[in-house]
Amino acid sequence: MNVKKTTLFNLHKKHGAKFVNFAGYEMPIQYKDGIIAEHNTTRNKSGIFDVSHMGQLFIKGKDDLTESLQKIFPTDLKKLSINQSKYSFLMKENGGIYDDLIITKIEDGYMIILNAACKENDLSIIKSKLDSKFELILRDDLSLVAIQGPESKDILEKIIPGVKKIKFMNGNKFSFNLADIYITRSGYTGEDGFEISINNNLVNKLVEKMIDYGSNLIGLGARDTLRLEAGLCLYGHDINEETSPIEANLKWAISKNRINDEFTGAKEIKRQFDEGVKKLRVGIKPDSKVIARESTKIFDEKNNQIGKITSGTFGPSVNGPIAMGYVSNLFSKSNTRVFLEVRGKKIPASICDLPFYKKNYVKGEINVRS
Amino acid sequence: MSEVKFSKEHEWVTVADDIATIGITKHAAELLGDIVFTELPDKGSNAEKDKTVGVVESTKAASDVYTPISGEVVDINQSIVDDPSKINSDPEGSAWFFKLKIKDKSEIDTLMNREEYEKFAKESSS
Repeated sequence: MNVKKTTLFNLHKKHGAKFVNFAGYEMPIQYKDGIIAEHNTTRNKSGIFDVSHMGQLFIKGKDDLTESLQKIFPTDLKKLSINQSKYSFLMKENGGIYDDLIITKIEDGYMIILNAACKENDLSIIKSKLDSKFELILRDDLSLVAIQGPESKDILEKIIPGVKKIKFMNGNKFSFNLADIYITRSGYTGEDGFEISINNNLVNKLVEKMIDYGSNLIGLGARDTLRLEAGLCLYGHDINEETSPIEANLKWAISKNRINDEFTGAKEIKRQFDEGVKKLRVGIKPDSKVIARESTKIFDEKNNQIGKITSGTFGPSVNGPIAMGYVSNLFSKSNTRVFLEVRGKKIPASICDLPFYKKNYVKGEINVRS
Repeated sequence: MSEVKFSKEHEWVTVADDIATIGITKHAAELLGDIVFTELPDKGSNAEKDKTVGVVESTKAASDVYTPISGEVVDINQSIVDDPSKINSDPEGSAWFFKLKIKDKSEIDTLMNREEYEKFAKESSS
């Protein structure tokens, strides 16, 4: 398979990026300063993330499109006002997750941000479930750039006046170099920030401006430590076709008034809501400095395997190892003692609440994907 | 102190009398990235040439640490366990890993000198 590059590839290279193949794209894993420095820059100042590998799906339509999409997604789209975003899922009939995504209602329909590795499959699934009268376009003429961290709003405001007024999980149209761009207040780091959808021929200019005003390029390595500290799921690891949103502890993303309604996976989701689930996604914190990585087995005190780690790393802001994984629901309460098998040894650890790291936000801003 | 020698697993060795000091190379530390966890062998244990004796972990991944020569572990560097980032800042100096009482001095002759190692490191990373 041909490895693809984003429009910002040469800019990454110029800034000393080390690259890695991610979902078929050659993406920066880190720059010169390294993962921990980039992580701290995002937490304390401002970081720029090239997420142009992600899918930007646009579906055009009016009220009948909303009706049709409600039959696919478990989100109450009728309640969405224009420019409002919601975190949602594309599910299988058995409740397994094909992808997690952000749906934003825009003037002439919907914009859906998809994971890079899933986007083509998502497109064909959504297409097959929708009437052919609706136009679906996966836009590869657009780039997607996130700017995250406490200084980001002031930096972006200088470049694009008015962005400060956007509320969390909302968006709006703006103008840059006389062209239309679309900005939402969202992200994947646990920090305040924005995601900017912009034409490929303008993205270098925008990112260079952000750098000039004091933001910094951040690679996928720090993106992973930031999102894990914030307790956010990485598709293909923490959630996949074998896990449901209920098992993944993402119940909050399913609109309450839709539980008895019709959508793909509804029957199984309702059953899981009523009867509970056997496994649950939890946060896990080792007592010591040992890092328990993906696939590490989790045991109870009697040496029975009760689950598996799905993401594990060192959290620079937590200053210690952190992990997420699935355990039998009997062991999912906070502070439950568990043991992680690392290099043949059983490492003591505790189940803990997510997120691992939480900011004290400015009034009214809740800064998780919700 | 003797000339510093290198292994294909990216460890360095210096020898003074019958004691060898071992650490990981600058090249290895750079490849690993920010090191956040270190596990060293127990003092008094016997280390066997080319066998795993410890672990270093970066934010990205875990890597085994091998011993390039055999011997008894007579000292370990606790400071790199307490602060693993020292390995990134001074890998071939203060961030040594462990010291061995050398069992067989001829094993040292199987290792590379700096010039050979640098060539090897360049070839294996390209």
